[in-house]
Amino acid sequence: MDFYFLMIFIFVIAALLGFELITKVPPTLHTPLMSGSNAISGITIVGAIMAAQENQTVFAQIIAFLAVALATINVIGGYMVTDRMLGSFKKKGKK
Amino acid sequence: MEYLYLLATLFFVFGIKRLTAVRTCAQGNRLSEVGMLIAVVSVLLISPSVNWPVVIAGIIVGGGVGLFLAKRTPTTQMPELVAALNGFGGVASALVAMGDVLTNEALNSVVAPQSIYSAGSLVPAIATPVAILIGMVTLTGSFVAYGKLSGKNLSHPLSGSARHGLHAALGLAAIAVSTWMVTAEGSGTILAGMLVLAAIAAVLGVLLVMPIGGADMPVVVSLLNSYSGVAGAFAGFVIASPLLVVVGAMVGASGLILTQIMCKAMNRSLANVLLGGMGGDDAVAEDARDYQSIKQAGPEEVAMVLDGASSVIFVPGYGLAVAQAQHVVRELADLLIDRDVQVRFAIHPVAGRMPGHMNVLLAESDVPYDQLWEMERINGDFKNTDVVIIVGANDVVNPAAREPTGPIAGMPILDVDHAATVVVIKRSLSPGYAGIKNPLFDNDNTLMVFSDAKEALEGMVREVKDL
Repeated sequence: MDFYFLMIFIFVIAALLGFELITKVPPTLHTPLMSGSNAISGITIVGAIMAAQENQTVFAQIIAFLAVALATINVIGGYMVTDRMLGSFKKKGKK
Repeated sequence: MEYLYLLATLFFVFGIKRLTAVRTCAQGNRLSEVGMLIAVVSVLLISPSVNWPVVIAGIIVGGGVGLFLAKRTPTTQMPELVAALNGFGGVASALVAMGDVLTNEALNSVVAPQSIYSAGSLVPAIATPVAILIGMVTLTGSFVAYGKLSGKNLSHPLSGSARHGLHAALGLAAIAVSTWMVTAEGSGTILAGMLVLAAIAAVLGVLLVMPIGGADMPVVVSLLNSYSGVAGAFAGFVIASPLLVVVGAMVGASGLILTQIMCKAMNRSLANVLLGGMGGDDAVAEDARDYQSIKQAGPEEVAMVLDGASSVIFVPGYGLAVAQAQHVVRELADLLIDRDVQVRFAIHPVAGRMPGHMNVLLAESDVPYDQLWEMERINGDFKNTDVVIIVGANDVVNPAAREPTGPIAGMPILDVDHAATVVVIKRSLSPGYAGIKNPLFDNDNTLMVFSDAKEALEGMVREVKDL
């Protein structure tokens, strides 16, 4: 089977899964969920690391560096902010 | 080893699922963090020739900036922060697509350079420009949203058909450049095309978000969040990474659903939001001269009203967040509870600058969960309530929304005007984000306390203690 066919196939199935995952969300969690999924979209960090290969031109290295750095900001910042938001909920649960 | 990517994906799926329930949300985020860690470690193990200096430098710089932003940002500015972080993720995907062109051997061949289309197939030929386009629109759009959320007045230079004409022209230009780019041969020419495309997309991102009203920014941020997922998925097509495709598609789709849920909370369609309206360029701001019978009150008068009350509902809004008054509002609530008053907090789905913004703030000051009531559950109770205290909220309690026409017509509101007495704590009579007059302030049973939310509540705490 064609590689790209498989890629499109999983793209469609993953999108449907994404639709189904979010059905009922209490308004309380809208912001944390947005922030949490924003952190997940930092998955592009994997692509950025793949782009940073040895024996590249300086320009390609700069692009790769920027991609890794920006994606890392997204990942680290995103998860920490989400944790901060959710930290307050966790305290509530224990009471 | 590649199966580690599958493992990471599973962590993301269950992470997102658990993020949608209060009881499991903290655990959900933890799962997704573990998933990300697995993904990053896997790619470092699997990738054949990792350029370690570049990767390590990137992670240190990016990690430092991310850490700094997340630690330093006050709770009030979290919506802005999410917008900015999202922009960074979007542009990273665009850069991934660009970087692939620079390293692709077929495109860089000196002897017989190929085009993106001839070297691959239709899929990368579509995915490369789309990843760049969406990534850059996400970047600049998010930063305009950031600016609007921090109160900057950014309006579109054009209006009406001229505006739509300009957007359409830029869209067509983007398609033309994309087509040229994917059929051009040799990485130098392709790169030039990519930069032109990126520039067009950057301008488009700014112009598309500009006409949207400040009150709608949460929806925009949510939509752009979905876009950055889509950009990641398309970058995945470019570099042939199933992980990016799956996770990007999932985040893109779930972001879209969340956006839809948020629009529904405001009783508006997504198209209506995106075309601009509420609080946008076309809304007209009015000022104090439009009010006829404002009744002003100070903390001691409010305390006197509270003395006779047996049920009180607080309605928090953005003013609470700005003044960082979440702790003192809880102090007042506790004082009233000690006096056997029934105290509740009415949470409008879009109070503050983001849905759930108020819940996060009040949770921070340990307001018990059972005191937080959602709009549908509490709206019928206002008529049996003695005192409603509105802390820095405006549009979400504006009865003008019940009128058949007007900028916020049809938006569900908290029926605070049904209560016996309404106390509004607000710094001035300036209009809210929607930029319209609030007839509630003119009502006979409304008392206006013109002050910073924190100062006003501290005054009330003192006065109630003295009762």
